Amino acid sequence: MYRYDEFDAAIVRERVAEFRDQVERRLRGELTEDQFKPLRLMNGLYLQLHAYMLRVAIPYGVLSSRQLERLARIARVYDRGYGHFTTRQNIQFNWPKLGDVPRILEELAEVEMHAIQTSGNCIRNVTADHFAAAVADEVDDPRVWSEIIRQWSTFHPEFSFLPRKFKIAVAGAPEDRAAVQVHDVGLHIRRGADGSARFVVYVGGGQGRTPFVAPAIHDDLPAEHLLSYLEAILRVYNRYGRRDNMYKARIKILVSALGIAQFRKEVDEEWAHLKDGALTVPAEEVARIRAYFAPPPFKTLPARSAAFEQAKADHKRFARWTRTNVHPHKAPGYAIVTVSLKPIGQPPGDATADQMDAAAALARAYSFDEIRVTHEQNLVLPHVEQDQLFEVWKALDAAGLATPNVGLISDIIACPGLDYCDLANARSISVAQAIAETFADLDAQEKIGELKIKISGCINACGHHHVGHIGILGVDKKGEEFYQILLGGRADERARLGEITGRGLPGEAIPDAIARVVERYLSLRLDERERFIDAFERVGAQPFEEALYASV
Amino acid sequence: MRPSSPVAPAPALPVLLLRADGAPADAAWIDVADDAPVPEDQAAVVSYARFLAEGATLRAARLGVRIAPADKVEALAPHLARLALIVVTFPKFRDGRGYTTARLLRERFGYQGDVRAEGDVLRDQLAFMIRCGFSSFAVKDRAPQEAVAAALRRFSVVYQPAADAAPPIWRRRASVVRAAAE
Repeated sequence: MYRYDEFDAAIVRERVAEFRDQVERRLRGELTEDQFKPLRLMNGLYLQLHAYMLRVAIPYGVLSSRQLERLARIARVYDRGYGHFTTRQNIQFNWPKLGDVPRILEELAEVEMHAIQTSGNCIRNVTADHFAAAVADEVDDPRVWSEIIRQWSTFHPEFSFLPRKFKIAVAGAPEDRAAVQVHDVGLHIRRGADGSARFVVYVGGGQGRTPFVAPAIHDDLPAEHLLSYLEAILRVYNRYGRRDNMYKARIKILVSALGIAQFRKEVDEEWAHLKDGALTVPAEEVARIRAYFAPPPFKTLPARSAAFEQAKADHKRFARWTRTNVHPHKAPGYAIVTVSLKPIGQPPGDATADQMDAAAALARAYSFDEIRVTHEQNLVLPHVEQDQLFEVWKALDAAGLATPNVGLISDIIACPGLDYCDLANARSISVAQAIAETFADLDAQEKIGELKIKISGCINACGHHHVGHIGILGVDKKGEEFYQILLGGRADERARLGEITGRGLPGEAIPDAIARVVERYLSLRLDERERFIDAFERVGAQPFEEALYASV
Repeated sequence: MRPSSPVAPAPALPVLLLRADGAPADAAWIDVADDAPVPEDQAAVVSYARFLAEGATLRAARLGVRIAPADKVEALAPHLARLALIVVTFPKFRDGRGYTTARLLRERFGYQGDVRAEGDVLRDQLAFMIRCGFSSFAVKDRAPQEAVAAALRRFSVVYQPAADAAPPIWRRRASVVRAAAE
C-alpha cells in the first residue's frame, strides 16, 4: 500500500501544527464558533448532538494492521472504546474532547493518517472499490488513481471553499462496488481500444433530498488527463454552482439545471486551457505510486484447497459463513474475506477497540498486512489463503466478527440517525436492529439471498436509501417518527433510484411490512437465482407495494 | 483603505494590510463610491461595474478595481494594463469564487499587478490565497503582525500546481531521485 515519503509526512505534520493553533485560539476565545466552524470541519471535526465527532480519513478504504491498531488505541484512550465505520470508508469517533483532538491528529500522523478534508465544502476523501487488486476481471487498480486524486485534492488552494462538499469515487472492475454513479464525480475505469486504461467520467450524481444518477460527461478520458479534466469540472462548479441555498449547492443541481450537454461544453472550454499543462500526470509519477500497490508475494497454490473443502464439510457454521462472507480471489488458492460489522441487534458499522485489534492481527498473519473498509460498512481481508480460512474464521468468530450475512437482508446500511445526529428526523439504528432481528434466522436469510436494505434518518440520505433494493427513509410527522419505503434502487454499474411507495409507516410496523415484501418476492421469483432486484425489475413495483400495505 | 465588505464578522477585528512576503502592503489606496468623483491625484479603487461603464474616462494617479465573487473576471482581461491593483472581495469566508478569480488573472490573463484579498479574510486562508496568486491581503485579525505573517509560510510542501511558483509534488520527487542518482 501507499507509504508517505518526506513530502507527504511534512504536509500532514504541518497540518497538525496549524490545527493545534486553531484549537488554542478557539479555546482562548479568539475565534468565534462561526469562524472556527469551517476550520474544524476541514479537519473532520463536527459538533453533534451530544459532543464533538471526529471523522478520520481512510483514503479509498485501505488500512495497514498498524493503522487499524492505532484507530483501536484512539478509540480506547480518547473515546469510549469503539469507532463507527462509515459509508464513505472512513471512521468516526463520537466522543472526543476538543482539547484532545490535536493530540489525536498527532497520533494519526505517526501512522500516516489524518482527518484532512473528511468534512467541509471541499473535495472529500476519495473512495474506491474495496476489492481492488483482488478480483480477476479488474481493468486497473483504482487505488493508484485514488492516491493520485488524494494528493491533487489535498489542500487544493482553489477548491477548499466550494459551494458544497464534493465526493469522488473510483471503480476499476466491470462490476461497480464503489457506487460511482451516485457521486459528484464517479470514475469507472475501462479498457481503451489501444489497451490502455481509460476513464468513464460521471458527473452530478448524488443522493440527499434531490437524488440523481449521474450522466456520463466523458466516456473515454485518457488517464494522463485525469487531473486536468477534474480541475476543469471543479472550476466550472466553483464558479457557477449555487451558493444561495445549501440544499441546491451540490454539483448535481448545476448539472441538472444546465443539462449535461451544456455543462460538458463549459467543462470543455475550461479544459482547453488546462489540458496538456502542468496537471498532466507524468508517467514516472504514476509508476512511482503504482509501485506501492504492487501485488503481494502470493504463493503458487492449487486453485482448490483440500483443507478448505474438508473444513467446510466438517463445520456447518463455517461452511455457511464461506457462502456469504468469502469471495473468489484472482490468485489461485486465495480468497477475499468480508468481516461483517453487522451482528444481529448491533449498530451497523460499529467496531470495538478489541475487534479492531483482532482484525488487525488477522490481517498481519493472514492477509499481507492489509485491511479494507467497504462503503457497506464492513471490513475486508483482501488476500487470504483458502487453507487458512478456517483459522481466520475461528478467530473472527471469537471476536464477534463472523456474522454470516454479507449481502443478505441483515447486512444493512444505516446512518447514525437520531441517536447521534442533530440533522436526523428519526432513528435509523433501531429500525435496522428490528429488521435484522425479524430475519435473525440465518437459514431464512440465506434463502432470501442478496437483498440490500439501506436506511436514512432524514432526507440527507447518508444511509443511501435511494439506492437500496429496499430503501427506508425516516421522516418526522408532527413529532412522530414515520418511515417512507422505497423499492428497487441499486448503486452498482446499473444504478437506479428506488421508487417511492405510498404513505409512510410507523417504526414498529416496518419489520412486518418488510417481511410481507420479502414473502411476496419469495412467492413470485422464478427460482432462487433470481435475486430480489432482478425480480423487481422483471415485475415492477406494484406487487411489492401491494404487499407492503396488505394488512394496514 | 477601508474594508468594503458588506458582512462584518462579530466581534469587529482590526484589519492588517500585508504583502505575501509578510511586509506591510501599500496602504495608499482609497475606495471610491460609485457616485463619488474619482480623485485624479490619488490611488483610487472603483467598482467592477463602474470600471466597465466608465473605464475609458476614469483618471487617477493609479487605478484599481474591486471585483466581487459573481463578477466575471474575463471582462477585465482587455484592460489589465491600466490596472495597478485588483481587489478581490470575500463577502463571506466560505464563498470560494475569489480563489478562481485570482488564478485566472494570473495564469490565464498574465496579470502582473497587485491582487488583493479583502473582506472576510482570516489568516487561515492566506496560504491558499498566496497559491492562487494573491499578492496582498486585508486580513482581519487581532493577533500581532508576526503571528499573522507566520500563517503565510504555513506549508513547506504542496501537492498540486497553482498560480505560485511552487512546483507540483512530482517535480520535487523527481529532483530528489535525480539528486540521489548523482
